[in-house]
Amino acid sequence: MGVEIRVENLTKRFGRQTIWEDVSLTLPAGEISVLLGPSGTGKSVFLKTLIGLLKPENGAIWIDGKDLTKVREKELYEIRKLFGVLFQDGALFGSQNLFDNIAFPLREHTKKTEREIKDIVLEKMELTGLTGAERKLPGEISGGMRKRAGLARALVLDPQILLFDEPDSGLDPVRTSYLNQLIVDLNAQIEATFLIVTHDISTARTVPDNIGLLYRRHLAMFGPREMLLSSNEPVVRQFLNGQRQGPIGMAEEKDAGELAAEAESGEEQAKLPPIPVQLPTSDGRKRNTQRPPGSWLKEHGVVPPKGSFEGIDVDVPTGSGKTGWEGEIPSPRGRSRNGSGSSNVEVVAPADVRQADADGSEAGSPDSEVHASDSDAPRRRPPAKTAAKTARKPAAKTAAKTAATSTAKKAPLPSGRSRGNS
Amino acid sequence: MAFAPAAPVRAAGDFFALSLDVLRSLFKRPFQGAEFVQQAWFIASVTILPTALVSIPFGAVLALQVGNLTKQIGAQSFTGAVAVLGIVREASPIVTALLIAGAGGSAICADLGSRKIRDEIDAMEVLGVSPLQRLVVPRVLATMLVAFFLNGLVSVVGVVGGYFFNVILQGGTPGAYLSSFTALAQLPDLYVGQLKAVIFGMIAALVASYKGLNAKGGPKGVGDAVNQSVVISFMLLFLTNFIITAVYFQIVPQKGG
Repeated sequence: MGVEIRVENLTKRFGRQTIWEDVSLTLPAGEISVLLGPSGTGKSVFLKTLIGLLKPENGAIWIDGKDLTKVREKELYEIRKLFGVLFQDGALFGSQNLFDNIAFPLREHTKKTEREIKDIVLEKMELTGLTGAERKLPGEISGGMRKRAGLARALVLDPQILLFDEPDSGLDPVRTSYLNQLIVDLNAQIEATFLIVTHDISTARTVPDNIGLLYRRHLAMFGPREMLLSSNEPVVRQFLNGQRQGPIGMAEEKDAGELAAEAESGEEQAKLPPIPVQLPTSDGRKRNTQRPPGSWLKEHGVVPPKGSFEGIDVDVPTGSGKTGWEGEIPSPRGRSRNGSGSSNVEVVAPADVRQADADGSEAGSPDSEVHASDSDAPRRRPPAKTAAKTARKPAAKTAAKTAATSTAKKAPLPSGRSRGNS
Repeated sequence: MAFAPAAPVRAAGDFFALSLDVLRSLFKRPFQGAEFVQQAWFIASVTILPTALVSIPFGAVLALQVGNLTKQIGAQSFTGAVAVLGIVREASPIVTALLIAGAGGSAICADLGSRKIRDEIDAMEVLGVSPLQRLVVPRVLATMLVAFFLNGLVSVVGVVGGYFFNVILQGGTPGAYLSSFTALAQLPDLYVGQLKAVIFGMIAALVASYKGLNAKGGPKGVGDAVNQSVVISFMLLFLTNFIITAVYFQIVPQKGG
């Protein structure tokens, strides 16, 4: 099981330039989190600070009861053994072939025989689809393969925490989705805590359990996926939906004049797009830390945009009023910033609903029924009453849809500026 | 660019800290034997030929200069003595230093720098392996070893070159050249020459490692790091050479003085 990382008031500066300050967040154990941000907001710096490669100017990073920013170098090397890190270009050792690269941590830190090492390495290479490339040098293979080899190397010591530095940069969309699938499957399998640093929105929208957004030298928001995807907060909304309208400009941020001009032009911020279904594991297995779709929305009474969770039925509020939510978490029961074991994690849907989620992406595939029967993943928590009631009832779905339509029409736009004078 | 008076001081401090860390890592086990041998072989292979090719004309130039001069004042029998003195005491450690810093140091810096910008160094640290112990210590030791032997090579090749020019081309007498060997030079000259070479090797490797490990800003950053590493090592080496020589003259009594 993964390890929780608690970051408190972290501040990093290079000389006089503040990269970000007062960043506080908790990466819940075993969950997948994504850290987003416009280019140049120090996402990679955050990742490097998290592993102790860079020293923060202020704040604490608690891992396993130890403050990473204060420990001695020797302890730091010990703590780092909990980590697996996938660097941007894989960071393979150029002078060694793939096999030796992946075997490197084992040879350094374990007393395993070459035979055992070979077994482990070949297993990880198979897992990442690299079988047959053992003798290749990093310079001879493609960028995607280098990333996967870097991932295999990060995996051999069975890390409790896996960090990904832009796993999707420089990959084509197909390879990116393969890699995302691999990430989700891995999480189901090794149950480590995952942090993905990226600016790819489609990854951020579908893969994680939690999303964080760095903007203007601070953490704009961190919380469950559904919270950020339904947020009407201008920065979060603009970034997660890849829109031009909003406070983020071409160069860092827009100034007052630009914003006023934007408001005058009557260009409204587009509507919140639907919340996509979270990427299921490829074999339909349920991740232990995965929350049922819609649970956050339901708990906080937030109405998702029309068309959300397409292909599956989820029990989410459909009531009148507006879609999405603004600003603060609307319910006091919500996950607080540093609450990992909060109430809504307990709410796990019955297996059939969770299966419905898994089927979402392969809707219509003939063998989805087979999956449903044989892939009843181990459940740790009892099914709660609040969970989604309906598994696959077309009637309920359409009903929910029509309700959503009626609400969406009336939905007011969030901030005064975008309401504008059209 | 902002003027930052503290920057050079900080760099010097960082360099010193790195040197101390390397010293500490020196005694950490396991010693990277394979890396050491590989690096020693690599540094030797990039420096031996250039060193030999530089030291032959160096010895020859010395022979030409001194040969003419001694002929004019009728002290031809001392040509050998001067050649040996110049080559063993000064020329040889300096040639070694230039080659070690220029060929060996730049290669080390480029290697570590490119690893740094490819995140290999970070990856290594994250995998719980100290790059200082794993990469820098073997390189520093290898450079020192190679510098030691290079200095011997330069001394021999330089003296042989001087002999060749003096005897074959300038018509000097072989017997006089050889018998005057020990007229001015003495054995401690060779010792101190070797010591200098080892220290130069250490400094060049440390500077190269420091610059390489702190490379940033992509491929251009590696180029800049190599450039700075060579320039800084040269300056440090000549300064160190002066200091060691000055101290040597104070503590070792000179012949004929």
